[in-house]
Amino acid sequence: MSAAKLVRRRVSDIAFKIFCVGVTALALVALAAILWSLLAQGFGGLDLDVFTMSTPAAGSRGGLANAIVGSIEMCLLAMVIALTIGVLAGTWLAEYGGRSPYGAVVRFLNDVLLSAPSILVGLFVYELLVAPFHGFSGFAGAVALALLAVPVITRTTEDVLLLQSATLREAGVALGAPFSYVVRQIIWRSARGGLLTGALLAFARISGETAPLLFTALNNQFFNKPWFDLRQQTANLPVVIFNGALSAYDDLRRLAWAGALLIAVTVLAVTIVARIVAQEQKRS
Amino acid sequence: MNTLNPAVEAFETSIADVDRANVKVDVKNLDFFYGKTRSLKGVSIPFARNKATALIGPSGCGKSTLLRTLNRMYALYPGQRAEGEIILDGENILGSGVDLAKLRARVGMVFQKPTPFPMSIYDNVAFGVRLYENLSKADMDARIEEALTKAALWNEVKDNLKGSGLGLSGGQQQRLCVARGVAVRPEVLLLDEPTSALDPISSAKLEETVMQLKADYTIVIVTHNLGQAARVSDYTGFMYLGELVEFGPTDELFTRPATQRTSDYITGRFG
Repeated sequence: MSAAKLVRRRVSDIAFKIFCVGVTALALVALAAILWSLLAQGFGGLDLDVFTMSTPAAGSRGGLANAIVGSIEMCLLAMVIALTIGVLAGTWLAEYGGRSPYGAVVRFLNDVLLSAPSILVGLFVYELLVAPFHGFSGFAGAVALALLAVPVITRTTEDVLLLQSATLREAGVALGAPFSYVVRQIIWRSARGGLLTGALLAFARISGETAPLLFTALNNQFFNKPWFDLRQQTANLPVVIFNGALSAYDDLRRLAWAGALLIAVTVLAVTIVARIVAQEQKRS
Repeated sequence: MNTLNPAVEAFETSIADVDRANVKVDVKNLDFFYGKTRSLKGVSIPFARNKATALIGPSGCGKSTLLRTLNRMYALYPGQRAEGEIILDGENILGSGVDLAKLRARVGMVFQKPTPFPMSIYDNVAFGVRLYENLSKADMDARIEEALTKAALWNEVKDNLKGSGLGLSGGQQQRLCVARGVAVRPEVLLLDEPTSALDPISSAKLEETVMQLKADYTIVIVTHNLGQAARVSDYTGFMYLGELVEFGPTDELFTRPATQRTSDYITGRFG
């Protein structure tokens, strides 16, 4: 090989490396900028009122307490719905019908749902649960969030169950256990770290969603009465942030920043927990 | 014979007479198919009560396949099927009305790689028992101790029964799987190369366990290790390319093989 060719290779090698590092740095700078503005502006808005008072009218004192509670309620209800459907659907794909044509169709549709625009999901639930009942509700919000979480959970459930060894299934069956019992008692248990990771990722995905809630839960200046009744319009962090950010008033905008920081910190914490759980699972 | 592969010369077969009254499982003219591939060809072999029978032969000869028909493990996979008869105590277990879960409770199995369940040592052993028996705490404790003792593991784990089965060494995990298998009091115990993933010391312990288990069970052991077959078994079947070439008492098969192919295999000319 000629010396010139070798030099050309080395140059292109270095150029490619610089390109990769540069693009990664660009992405990291953008991320750092977002985090920085979030921390700088968000911390300023955080005070005790944020956690104890409800959404203020412009110019008066107030906080995010009702929105925090509403968000937690809707996310938890959504996760209960989504885990039930998602884990069962993923189990069916991994253990029973995954190789049938019907299984292939289910998997394909699930992948489509995985990347469906969340505003479409919101509109769908609006038509299904808001328009017919003539009212926005936290319940509809939870269903919209659940629809976004289901495909994530279905996917991760199928993936982690397929990682469990075939001999583990055979060992259970060899003791005279029905297959469904083996799946529930051994395979789920063996995959529990991965299942939990999937659930946490789905939770992170839905906790910041705004679009589906605009058409379903909408918003509420106050706590629901009683606070757990999701049949009414329900306050939630994403929509409060959305409204606050568009507002002309400084105090509302400050509150929006504080809410955004809360969501970011929650998602970060959940992601870290998911990582730790995944590591633990690998070790055992 | 061998119409599927004319390149292979016809087999010469030798099947020794066994005491018919003492046959626990009688395999008659068994064919096995993975899809269209026929991987067992007219295999007939008796497994004697309270004896260990070893199945030997080179990789791909069908010995594991034969083992997996005895508890119909293959039925988990669509496309795999067996034809012929396997008579367990007078009943053909290949029949369509057979309750597979009950069959597998009667015919236990230990696999090549240890497969402890992700639960405590105690729960591992109790897992199968709970499926079919409703024992009091004291009876269950006794059963667990009995099973772990039979598997020669009791002394090593008796102070750690609540510890995870996954925390044991490979050899201990395999003996835990033996304990789990014998805890349900099966009649037949299938061992599929149970020591191939173990170190020599653990292997020796497991072999000792197998020899003691013969008193209570009909044992069928698939092994790549000829010395192991010679040490633990009473009868040996030599398989090659999906056929049973020779079957007889282990000491005879190893000292005076009746066919040239068996002789070539046990003297290490191929394999």
